[in-house]
This record gives sequence, C-alpha cells and structure tokens, in this order.
Amino acid sequence: MKARIKITLKNGVLDPQGKAIANALGALGFDGVGEVRQGKYIEIELDDNDRTSAEKTVARMCEQLLANMVIENYSYELEDA
Amino acid sequence: MKASVIVFPGSNCDRDVAVSLEAAMGKKPAMVWHGEADVPACDLIVLPGGFSYGDYLRSGAMAAHSPIMRDVAAKARKGTPVLGICNGFHLLTETGLLPGVLMRNASLKFICKDVLLKVERNDTDFAHRYAQGQVIRIPVAHHDGNYFADEDILDRLEGEGRVAFRYCDALGDPNRDANPNGSRRNIAGIYNETGTVLGLMPHPERLADPALGGTDGKPMFTSLNEALH
Repeated sequence: MKARIKITLKNGVLDPQGKAIANALGALGFDGVGEVRQGKYIEIELDDNDRTSAEKTVARMCEQLLANMVIENYSYELEDA
Repeated sequence: MKASVIVFPGSNCDRDVAVSLEAAMGKKPAMVWHGEADVPACDLIVLPGGFSYGDYLRSGAMAAHSPIMRDVAAKARKGTPVLGICNGFHLLTETGLLPGVLMRNASLKFICKDVLLKVERNDTDFAHRYAQGQVIRIPVAHHDGNYFADEDILDRLEGEGRVAFRYCDALGDPNRDANPNGSRRNIAGIYNETGTVLGLMPHPERLADPALGGTDGKPMFTSLNEALH
C-alpha cells in the first residue's frame, strides 16, 4: 500500500516562503495570485495491506516525525499497491 | 564540573563549544557520539550547533530521534542541566524539552552576524555571571531561528520568567529593528519550567575568547562551571 502524505502549515502560522513565492509569481506576470502556502509532500510504500492498520501507522509516523504538530497539520491518502 | 558534548553527523560547533567549556572547566568535556545509548555521568549536557543530519525534513527532526537523545531527554527530565545552542535549540524543541518551534527566518535569508541580546534573568546556573538586564554581543548563524509559539505559550513563558535572552538594541530595548529573524516577542532563548534546560539561537562559544574578537559569551561557561561543581 502506498501512503501519499501532505504536510501543511496550520492556519495563522506565518509562511514567509509562501509569501516569497507569491511575490515571485507576481514578478513573472501571473496576475490574480492570492495567498500562497508552501508545504511538503511525502510518499511512503508500506508492506501493510490492511487499510485500518496502515492508517494508524501513517498517523503515528506523521505525529512522531513527519510533521511538527506545533505548526503543521497532516493529511494522507492510501492507495492499494 | 563534568560536561558532555553530544556530536551528531553534521554538528559543526561541537569543537568550538568544547574549547569554551575547557577554558572554563580546566579539563576537556566528553565528546559523545549520537549513536551511543547513554550519556556518561556528568553535570552538564551540551547539544552543539550545526546541521545535524543535513537538516533533513526539519532542523533537528532527525537528530531528535537518534539513540542518544532518549538518554538526554531522560536525564534532562531528572534535572541534569542541558544547554542547546542553535541546532541544539532545534533539538530541544523537537524532543519537547522546550516548547515552540524555530521556523525559517522571516527574511528567508541565512543570517550570520553579531546581534545584541538582553539578559532577561541572571538567577540561573547559565547566566549568574551576567548582570540582570545586561546587553551582550553574541553572534547568530542560522536559517531557521524564527521562534514561534502560540500566544498562550508565549504568555506562559513570560509569566513564568522563562525568557532567557531577547534580541535588543544597544539600550536593551527589544524592538522590531533589533529582531534579526522575526522571532515572536524577540525571543532568542528560553528555559524549561525548572530553569535547568536552556535553548538559544545565538552562539556564546563564538565570542568567548579575546582572539575571537569578544568575550561576551564566556560568562555563560564560567557561570555553568561555578554553579555545577
């Protein structure tokens, strides 16, 4: 099973990198760019084929290592291999 | 005082801090590799600056799970003093020994320069050789030094007197212009609840000898040596 994990900054946490990207897009002539938020995308292949236990595993991975829960949220999708 | 400096792959201030400790203690600290299971019995554990594990994922995130950190955290919770400088501060927040997080600098630039700090407290083992409110000059060198915590945590830190150092101007005023990296409330360093764990972004070991151009960092090591005999 494959987990596709997105780590994003929580609302209210300032994202200077997102701001810089928005400015750069504006400088390139892309009009109508609102707020930009930057995050991380991680793919993990798991041996586990049981969806329920894989969900638990991925949640633990996110909370223990992949996300810093002080400033980040995570979401994920599981895909059958 | 007996001190241990933890060395991670990517640490680059471990030797500098060892020199500063030796100057204060009169003997060399133990250098302890991150793969060890135990920190030898000591009075002070130092987590040095650098780029542990190349800052992969987040600064300090990988090193926080290295074998030695379990024992560092256990000893810290039992009261062994821990000093985390720069990347060591990242590690202390990643392990939950200190609250908050160090985010990318607001300017997005790596900042390497001397800054002025106000000593917020001098009644700790780390800072009693400074005067209360003293303004000291210490270098910073970081990309991720922007201290962030939610307002409740910030209020609690302030209420409990746990802000150790604040970025300030020459008169000791912690204003916006004196803030190099966007840190909330100009926070440069904080203590844990018991005042035994200190994390700070500036590098006292980089100005602890006249040959380096200044000695404002030296009293921290002298303080520790005197307090932790």
